Formats: sequence, C-alpha cells, structure tokens
Amino acid sequence: MLELRNITYEVEDNHDNKGILKDVSLNIDEHFVAITGPNGGGKSTLAKIIAGIIKPTSGQILLDGEDITDLDITERAKHGISYAFQQPVHFKGLTVKDLITIAAGKEMNVSEICEILSEVGLCAREYIDREINGSLSGGELKRIEIAMITARGTKLSIFDEPEAGIDLWSFNSLIKVFEKMRDEIQGTILIISHQERILDIADKIVVIADGRVKTIGTKEDVLPELLHTAETCQTLVEKI
Amino acid sequence: MDLVQKNLLEQVAGLHEIPEGAYNIRANGKRVAGNSTANIEIVQKTDKDGIDIIIKPGTVNESVHIPVLLSESGMQDSVYNDFYIGEGADVTIVAGCGIHNCGVDTSKHDGIHTFYLEKNAKVRYVERHYGEGDGNGENIMNPETVVHLKEGAHMEMETTQIKGIDSTIRVTRGDLAEGASLEIHEKIMTHGKQYAKTDFMVDLNGDNSSVNLVSRSVAKGESKQEFFSIMNGNGACAGHSECDAIIMDHACVTASPQLTANNIDANLIHEAAIGKIAGEQLIKLMTLGLTEKEAEEQIINGFLK
Repeated sequence: MLELRNITYEVEDNHDNKGILKDVSLNIDEHFVAITGPNGGGKSTLAKIIAGIIKPTSGQILLDGEDITDLDITERAKHGISYAFQQPVHFKGLTVKDLITIAAGKEMNVSEICEILSEVGLCAREYIDREINGSLSGGELKRIEIAMITARGTKLSIFDEPEAGIDLWSFNSLIKVFEKMRDEIQGTILIISHQERILDIADKIVVIADGRVKTIGTKEDVLPELLHTAETCQTLVEKI
Repeated sequence: MDLVQKNLLEQVAGLHEIPEGAYNIRANGKRVAGNSTANIEIVQKTDKDGIDIIIKPGTVNESVHIPVLLSESGMQDSVYNDFYIGEGADVTIVAGCGIHNCGVDTSKHDGIHTFYLEKNAKVRYVERHYGEGDGNGENIMNPETVVHLKEGAHMEMETTQIKGIDSTIRVTRGDLAEGASLEIHEKIMTHGKQYAKTDFMVDLNGDNSSVNLVSRSVAKGESKQEFFSIMNGNGACAGHSECDAIIMDHACVTASPQLTANNIDANLIHEAAIGKIAGEQLIKLMTLGLTEKEAEEQIINGFLK
C-alpha cells in the first residue's frame, strides 16, 4: 500500500546537519498501523513527509507502487492521502459545515453532515454552524479534525497523536471512535500514538526512536518490550 | 431604470425590482422613484440634496430602502439623509451605493447619513458599497454616518465594501446616552491601488452604554488601508473594538486605536491583528485536496463572510 524507501531528513543546526530521520524504510500494508516511540524521535516528521508537507532530504515514497515523492500536498491528497493534524488549525469565519464540505469535495446536505459528525460523537445541530476557532475545546477540535478525515474517506488516513491535548473524558470516547473506525472503515489507518489502548488495537506497531525504525511487529511482539524498557530517570523512580 | 442600473440595484440592495414599503431610489443625482407608508414618511429636503426619513414611534417590523446608483461616468454626487426614528420603533434600513463607471472621468458619491434614535428605538442599518466599470475612471465613495442614540436605543450597523471602489474614507461618529448600545460590523476588501480609510469616533456618555466595533478586512495587491478608532468612555460604559486584517502581496494596513477613559468605571478594550494568511491554514486545506489558490479563496471568503 504505502512503501517508504530509505527516507532521510536532515536540518541545519548551528551549521551542522542534524539527522531527524535516518534511512527509514517501511512497508505499510495492514489495516491499522500504529507508530510509537519517544518524543522527538521523528514520528510527526515522518507523517508530514508522507502527506507531502515536508520534503525528505533523500529517499522515495510509493503509494500502491506509484512514486509520489515529487508530488505536492494537494496532489497527494487527490491520490488518496489524508492527514489529521496534531494541533488542529483555527479558521476565522470558516464553519464546521464549510470544512466538512471541503473535505468531502462535494456539496453535502445536513443529514449527510450529521451522519459524519455523529461518528465522532458530535451533534450536528449544535456544531454545524460553529466557527473553527478558540471557542471550541481541544477535544471538540480534535473530533472535527477526525470528522474531516472520515468525510474524505481516502485509502490512507494518517492521524498524528489524536490523544494529544485532550482531557481524560474526551480521550475515553475518542478511543471508541478509533475502535469503531478500525471495524468499519475501508483503507489503511496510520496512527501516531503513545496510548496503550490505541496500540492495543493495532495490527502492526512501528517503534521509531532517534530517527530510526527500532522495532516492527505485532502488539504481542512489541508491547511487552516497550512497556518494560521504558527508560525512567533514576531520581524519579526513587521518589516514587 | 436601465439594465446597468438594475444590476447596481441588485448589488447594493439585493433588490431585483422596485421594493415594497418605504423606499427612495436616487440615480445619477436625481430621485427616480420613492414611496412613503403610513408609518414611514420620506420627505425631500428643500435646502440641499437629500431626504428626511421620519419613522413614527412604535413602528415595528418595517423597512426602508434608499439605494443610490451612479451610472454616468464623471458623476459627482453629494447627498444628505437624516433619519428620525421615533420612540420604541424597531426598523431595518438598507442603504447602499453602486457605481458603474465605464468612462475615464472620476465618479464620486458622498453620502452623509445622520440618525436620531429616540428612547428605546432600534435600528438595523445595512450599507453596501459596490463599484464596477470597464473604463479608467475612478470610483470614489466617502460615506459619513453620524449616530445619536438616546436612552436605551440600540443600533446595529453592517457595512460592506468588497469590490470596485478606488478610494473611500468612511467616517462614523456616535454619541450614546444611558443604556444605549451600538454594534458595528465592517467588511472591506481592497485590491490594485485602492485606498480605504475607516475613521471612527464615539462618545460613550451614559452609564451602561456600550459599543462593539468589529472590522475585518483583506488588503491585496498594492492597496492601502487605514483604521483609526477613538473611543471616549465618559460614563460607566463598555467599549470594545477589534480590527482584524489579512494582508497579501504588497498591501499595507495601519491600525491605530485610541481609548480614553474619563470615568473610573469605563471599561475599554481594543484588539488589533494584522498578518498574512497563516501557512498552516493553507496547508490544512491543501491536505483536503484544494490547491494553494483555492485554499486562499476559501480562507478569505470565510473571513469576510
């Protein structure tokens, strides 16, 4: 489905080249794939490279065998890639209805929009005309972000830490959204997450640390090791 | 009315034909049609160009349309309209000016509108400005709105200028008595070498009076916009103004607020934000399949909606 070949991404840091991603090769063919690993390890950068937001320094990206490395964001979107931001963007004046309609790429009536919003636990009557701005809570913005992805219904949907910045209550219902999505949605879901409950429903888990693929495997292979070897500062351990 | 004038009428007043109720249509410096009703009287001024609109106390759910159309190139028109809104009335007033200039001369319309709202009167005032033409003549509009609000009166003002006006200086003056409130929403888009200036000054004289001024604008090309607002809080009042502008290309926007509190209980706030379209907004819409240009159009349309 999606193949990454030798993806490297370097940035200039005090006249030195700093490697964010180092020779990452990865095949994603499963239905629900989770990427995890420590903060700053390069996960979000990898997602942005797949969506076309960041150009890799070297390497190739193939979607269903087609080289999409040189395609821009719009072209990749049209090729069937969707990307849910970790920090949803605010828009002055644009409403939930506007963005869902743009995402779907066609005019939609209220009941169609209602169908999509109810999937993420939002009542259309209450939200359809709301502006995408700071008046919405972090959890609401996240749900709308996810609703845009389901409205598109593309063959590859990437979610960058959907659990980041939301409260515990919202998180529990968000997990349900992803469980439902896994069961009902066609296509591949690629989700960056630290949450055990998300990793738990993944067909495959990829651990990325220090810009490299550290481990790939099923949850049975990866989870025990991941939970066991989490490095904790000694001082903290003593305090606990 | 000819086709050009009918088109202008639709642009500035949303009207296809002569409206029902009270109206006054002015074309190329002359009144072409008008109608008074039982509660709304429209009287031509005798000392200068313009009309008096007199609305009886207690008049509710009625509207007045007073569009001005300029379709002859080089037409220079000044008009003085005074609105007297009786106690407890609740009405909608739609004004607007459309210019079609296909010549090389400057067309200009200066409209001076003065509102006198009696106690507890309510007015929704909608003003649209529109210019078009295929000549090189300039379209200039300088609207001036003066608002006197007595105790408990409320006025909402929506002004829109989206296309085709080369130069505009819009002046708004207001004074508010106890419990009066004024709400203004302004939308402006300029392009090419256009110039738009907003000059706003209001005196919040009465206790519990309030003003909310929201200006959203987009400046493209080499256009220039200036936003000046002065609020004087003379009573225990609340004043809020907000200037939000998107700049593009080589445009220039200035925002210059001035707040004066003459009373310990005056609460005055100004917010101003000027900047280009945020990169992440464009990227978000591009990940939904829009091109950069389409994304830009969606963001501007939403912003000025």
